[in-house]
Amino acid sequence: MRKIVSILLLIIVAFGIIRALVEIPFGTLKTEVGRYYIEKGVEETGAVNIVTSVVVNYRAFDTLGEIVVLFIAAIGLGAVLRTGREKKTRDVQPASLILFTGCRFLFPFILILGIYIFIHGHLTPGGGFQGGAIIASGFLLIYLGCKERRISRVASHIAESLGGLVFLGIGLLGLVFGSYFLFNFLPMGTANTLFSAGVIPIIYIAIGFKVGSELAGILDNLIEES
Amino acid sequence: MIYLVSILVFLMLIGAVMASILKDLIGAVIAATLVSIIAAILFYLLQAPDVAMAEAAVGAALTAAIFIIAIRRTERYEK
Repeated sequence: MRKIVSILLLIIVAFGIIRALVEIPFGTLKTEVGRYYIEKGVEETGAVNIVTSVVVNYRAFDTLGEIVVLFIAAIGLGAVLRTGREKKTRDVQPASLILFTGCRFLFPFILILGIYIFIHGHLTPGGGFQGGAIIASGFLLIYLGCKERRISRVASHIAESLGGLVFLGIGLLGLVFGSYFLFNFLPMGTANTLFSAGVIPIIYIAIGFKVGSELAGILDNLIEES
Repeated sequence: MIYLVSILVFLMLIGAVMASILKDLIGAVIAATLVSIIAAILFYLLQAPDVAMAEAAVGAALTAAIFIIAIRRTERYEK
């Protein structure tokens, strides 16, 4: 009986979703604002990657909100897991030779890939979140393979705080030099070069540091404290 | 292209069903990771490389790692 009811409910929900999705003309430019971003985005923000120009320029305040959400999640996890008392160190078996060697060789390359992705966020696909997540997956490899190479918690906290402070500071400098919060006050430069798009690369580097150290800190909390 | 996307969506559905019915939770995590990886490939094929990167890094690597850490501290088999 319960199964039949749940299946019926699922069919009703699926029908509703399908009806709603059929109405959307995918792949066409229906909205005014989407067309505006595509036509004026490069000229107004200097970022060739339109996604970046929306995420870090037109909708930068939303990005700040996302960062805050991630920050609160990390703090909550730390508060729940870090109980303060010393955990007994269980004897963990050491990583195998393949994992250890792979970790030693691969970690620098993963780090460089992550840094490349967030520095070139305004030119190529990717950005602070993606680069930060890739860096955090590199740190996951460190925690699995060669624990003695991990960075200290203090350094990770400093990177995290600096990332947030730089983002907020640039936003406030926009208030000082321009007209609104997160105003793009630096010169645009020529599009398609690394030093272009004003404050966008700086904000993305800050986001990359913050997201990377936050996700790595979440993994660190989970692996060490629980 | 449409056939490739259809096959990928079908594999994704299989992965999602496996993730919900498997009693071995590690296997369920692997199946959920399969869903994430195929979602990333689909995002790439549908010309959204930014989202594909985020999905591959967060959905496939970090989420699976967090689930596996949690399973290691609790129980592997669902009763």
